[in-house]
Amino acid sequence: MEMKILKEGTGEIFCKNTPSEVRKWTRTNKDRTLKDKRMRIKDAVSRFIKDGDYIAIGGFGHIRIPMAIIYEIVRQRKRNLLVAGHTAVQDIDVLMAGGCVSAVDIAYVVGFELRGLSGIQRRLFETGQVKKSDYTNGAMSYRIRAGAQGIPFIPVKVMLGTDTMMHSPGKVVKCPFTGEKVLLLPSLNPDVCIIHAHRADMYGNVQIDGHIVKDDLQARASKRVIVTCEELISTDKVRADPGKTVIPFFMVDAVIEQPWGSHPGNMPYKYYFDHQFTEDYLAAGRVEDPKVLEAWLNEWIYKVEDFDEYLTKLGAKRLYNLRDLEFLRPPVR
Amino acid sequence: MESKSYTLRELMAVVAARQLEDGKSVAVGTGLPLVAAMLAQQTHAPNLVIFFEAGGIAPQLPILPISVGDSRTIHRALCTTTLIDIMDTMRRGFIDYAFLGGAQIDKYGNLNSTMIGDDYEAPKVRFPGSGGANDFGSLAWETLIIMDRHSPRRFVKKVDFITTPGYLYGPGAREEEGLSEGTGPSKVITDLCLLDFDPETKQMRLIATHPGINVEDVMKATGFELLIADDVGTNTPPTTEDLRILHEVIDPQGFVFKK
Repeated sequence: MEMKILKEGTGEIFCKNTPSEVRKWTRTNKDRTLKDKRMRIKDAVSRFIKDGDYIAIGGFGHIRIPMAIIYEIVRQRKRNLLVAGHTAVQDIDVLMAGGCVSAVDIAYVVGFELRGLSGIQRRLFETGQVKKSDYTNGAMSYRIRAGAQGIPFIPVKVMLGTDTMMHSPGKVVKCPFTGEKVLLLPSLNPDVCIIHAHRADMYGNVQIDGHIVKDDLQARASKRVIVTCEELISTDKVRADPGKTVIPFFMVDAVIEQPWGSHPGNMPYKYYFDHQFTEDYLAAGRVEDPKVLEAWLNEWIYKVEDFDEYLTKLGAKRLYNLRDLEFLRPPVR
Repeated sequence: MESKSYTLRELMAVVAARQLEDGKSVAVGTGLPLVAAMLAQQTHAPNLVIFFEAGGIAPQLPILPISVGDSRTIHRALCTTTLIDIMDTMRRGFIDYAFLGGAQIDKYGNLNSTMIGDDYEAPKVRFPGSGGANDFGSLAWETLIIMDRHSPRRFVKKVDFITTPGYLYGPGAREEEGLSEGTGPSKVITDLCLLDFDPETKQMRLIATHPGINVEDVMKATGFELLIADDVGTNTPPTTEDLRILHEVIDPQGFVFKK
């Protein structure tokens, strides 16, 4: 018996990967051996991220975000990326400032929570330069869970009755078992997932302290996974407490030790937001004259060789103060 | 002791906090909703369990977080988990209140936090979108709403976009559309008053005004026909202790209560 569609949204599905194709691709393209996957961020980005790819970003928009990878994507001028806006804040904003993004699955974008709205994203979304479909944070996680599970769609109990649903590709049907109405959403298998974690070993066994947000599911759903970490640890350490491995090695394609890799984001238990840095960046993006933003991008991305040089530019004092803030100590340096 | 000098924003936070019962659980968004939950916990509701959508459960919040995912939201928490686990927990029925804000609201409590304008492709202003708001408003038992400025531009006949479901188009509409039974918005707190929803018609109803505000003020500031309760009360001002907690403990940096 065919399922009757009672209502459906008009939102476009930007990610074209299906779980069955991804499963087939995995058989021949993902290495199961313990292989040293350390490399430079530069090489990981040029090797694993192509123009037009669908990208899932770890963390929570400005918390535990992979900024070192984000800056490198902008530096390499990747184009037409499709992005999961699954609470995307500074991460997606910098990608959009760099002109890298052509479409977004929106759950939460444009806003910087208490810091207000982004001028860059407002311009791009309000003029239709970047395409969009609307979802919710829950919905995006459900889609990714379906992708990780290898099923093509998932029934959910959110978005029903709203315009959020009407601007998604969701379809309302009756449950064939209970008769209650549910919303069906397409699963999501991103091309690439980028994550900043607390620790990983050289093979890509990844540990995250505190809330995992959605990184476990995103790594499982995505074809390629690039991980930066605050600290590279020995595999003996991983084996001593394997329950701490949130993402196992065979899912991961590249590992880069990159301390402060989430700056200016907040890395729980390591460093707090660089509030001033974000405020300065936001201010540059809110100015109508594009030269102001261009100058910011030149100063912090294009004319900087890599993230190490960016850190040197920031200086040790500024960084160590963020550590004090994280632990609720008044900065003393 | 009642304070004689307070701002409407402070009063809103206090009235909002009083809606949260001790021993219950709440999922909160950034800004005033979070301030209200923290104040409730510091005053009459020490056993209030706070959930954050990024995965923090039952933290001991040392100071107001800037984000619903930052380090403060997991400070001395009892559990850190994933966003989907928080949504699953809510759908399973463990979360009593969701506490939300929005740019526009209509008489059924439908909330818009997506856009202003009538063209989805070219909105006048694009806002963040649902984030977790639609999930919260769909899945929690009760939705509490804070609206920063009570004005006809915010309290509108028809919201430009229904981001988060209130009672949609009337009694029975939530159930008809497939949302969980027995859920929906219960209170709205504004800078003028406290409102609830008439159980029969599911329409917004004025139940108490802030001191110095009368019923006509509220009606004038509302862009739709408002139901008025039989005996409209007056909200009690903040105590000096409430104000001390708001400024010294919760928001010393002045993110929500600008200095």
